[in-house]
Amino acid sequence: MPLFDQDALDAERKQRQAWEHAELADATARAPESQPTFQTISGIPLERVYGPGEAAEISYVDDVANPGQFPFTRGVYPTMYRGRQWTRRQIAGFGTAKSTNERYKFLLANGQTGLSTDFDHPTLTGYDSLHPLAEGEVGRLGVAIDTLPDMGDLFEGIPLDEVSISLTINHPAIVMLSFLLAHAEERGTAWNRLRGTVQNDALKEFHGQKTFALPPRGGYRVTMDLVEFCTTQVPLWNTISISGYHTREAGSNAIQEVAFTIAQGMAYVEGGLKRGIPVDAFAPRLSFFFGIHMDFFEEASKLRAARRLWARIMKHRYGATDPRAMLCRFHTQTLGSTLVRNGVLNNIARGTSQALAAILGGTQSLHVSGYDEAHDIPSEDAMRISLATQRILGSETGITNTTDPLGGSYFVEKLTSEIEERAMALIAQIDDMGNGSMLDGMFAAIDSGFIERQIADASYDHQLRIESKDYSVLGLNEPVPDAAPPPQLYDHDDKEEERQKERLAAVVRERDPSGAARALDALRGAAEGDDNLMPFVLDAVRAHTTEGEIMGALRDIFGEYSDPAVF
Amino acid sequence: MSDEKPIKVILAKLGLDGHDRGIKVVARALRDAGMEVIYMGMRLTPDEVAERAASEAADVIGISLLSGAHQKLMRAMVEAAERQEINQETLIVVGGTVPESEEAVLHEMGVDGVFPVGSSLADIEQFIREHRKPRG
Repeated sequence: MPLFDQDALDAERKQRQAWEHAELADATARAPESQPTFQTISGIPLERVYGPGEAAEISYVDDVANPGQFPFTRGVYPTMYRGRQWTRRQIAGFGTAKSTNERYKFLLANGQTGLSTDFDHPTLTGYDSLHPLAEGEVGRLGVAIDTLPDMGDLFEGIPLDEVSISLTINHPAIVMLSFLLAHAEERGTAWNRLRGTVQNDALKEFHGQKTFALPPRGGYRVTMDLVEFCTTQVPLWNTISISGYHTREAGSNAIQEVAFTIAQGMAYVEGGLKRGIPVDAFAPRLSFFFGIHMDFFEEASKLRAARRLWARIMKHRYGATDPRAMLCRFHTQTLGSTLVRNGVLNNIARGTSQALAAILGGTQSLHVSGYDEAHDIPSEDAMRISLATQRILGSETGITNTTDPLGGSYFVEKLTSEIEERAMALIAQIDDMGNGSMLDGMFAAIDSGFIERQIADASYDHQLRIESKDYSVLGLNEPVPDAAPPPQLYDHDDKEEERQKERLAAVVRERDPSGAARALDALRGAAEGDDNLMPFVLDAVRAHTTEGEIMGALRDIFGEYSDPAVF
Repeated sequence: MSDEKPIKVILAKLGLDGHDRGIKVVARALRDAGMEVIYMGMRLTPDEVAERAASEAADVIGISLLSGAHQKLMRAMVEAAERQEINQETLIVVGGTVPESEEAVLHEMGVDGVFPVGSSLADIEQFIREHRKPRG
């Protein structure tokens, strides 16, 4: 059923034609528009104005529907923010686990409602703090976690069964979740009471975040082992946060972000099905993560399009019957790369507009990037403002009173459909590379450099638009009068790296060496076969082996990956 | 101009940092500007980069760092270049999240150019053309 009946459309067309010949023609004769054509940041051409004619192909019942109703364009839940607002989840992590634990307590005291852990590069890439390549990066952009006692420090005094926890890590996710599960055991918290998310998106590491610790197929195996294990053992845990954020940060446009993210998700669903897990059993625990760029309507429409696309694919291609298996639930984070060094407080305005797009796009949780992030990791003051931004939007503006207030906008509905169609076309290209298997298609698209090249093209195009001032950014290609430095940047403690290295050495010194060696040998043996690796990793962390040792054992079997340096 | 040898640029990321959007954009821009660009990729050590620069007789070493480890790693980069005895003819530049307050420290240790996030491609190209060191 179309949004409008034929009579209404005919009347609208006549009225539009009359307007074009009269009011519009007069106006453009007096003063031409500022540009010959207009487009979104991602390059989607835009009409001057949208009306029923532009949205004529869209069916309310089939394409839009009500919130919480297939295909979930208007939101994943029937009541959305009228029921419960989004989770305010600012990611945090730096230095040692003890320092990050203090920041967590600060954030919880300032109105944060969920925790998210940012790991340092050595932890993300599966190396110990004592590895030579880790020099200078230990605890620098995130928290350093090497062993089980570090995880104990990280969550000291925080009730594990009351606060939802996100572990933002990928190939070593199996190690970090094992640390957390073993720590929960020590504290006597049952695994089935733990709520949270592990990013665990192996495939995006090769074109998005680039913190790979394993090659594509080994990384994928570990991701799926975690999914399979948690489906029965940690039932409330979100097993993959299928991520587009990093792809966007790597320079993709919004269409590529949706397409590659959904394609990653399809590859995981196919992996679960291959293992004989019913789709309705594991798909409800898959969640998503998107970035929020500056183009307000494109971003809000992108989120609506992603929801619809995922629901349709899950229902029609993979035969999901439980509506929860069709829901594209997501976390959003305003993109750090959109922040500007010059005139740093202006970034508060950027963050507010981006957060508004995320909320009107129906996000389940939100991180507003700190205004000072073009300089360094965020200060406490920046995080205070980010949380305040979320609280002000949530309680003072009235935007949460009505669900999907953008729904039915001719423009937003048309843009939503346009993004869905363009993303679907890109997904179909990857599907073809795998001859109908998205799993094979994704491996082919990664191996051939297809995805990296697509992103590099979009990234370069966007930079050229900035260079030519075709797209203006205050403080970047438009001067900003107040180039004052930010008030108070995050203050690094250079001693943290040494503290962490000493801590790691002490844990290794005090453990039973033969028990650690046995656990690692058993893990290598399992990696050579088909057994689920999670129980072996759990045994290894209980024996106080280090993250680097565990990932090293997996590298022994799966091999190492080196960046193909596509540009 | 057309018979002049193109400027040869080695680009690389040191340490474990995976942020590679900026360096790839710079790689394309310098290539489009007529330079010969070799992008080595990521997770490299300063010695690996210096050895490659020496064997290629590169005019420029461009390092991208968004890991916050610029002080330690750029000092190591300059020292590695010294071991290869290429400092006199090779320009060493760094781009990424370098706080303004630390730019002077980098210059002091022997880094020729610092391009924080938000730098324009045209400025980077111009700097290389103007500061390229004569080859002995």
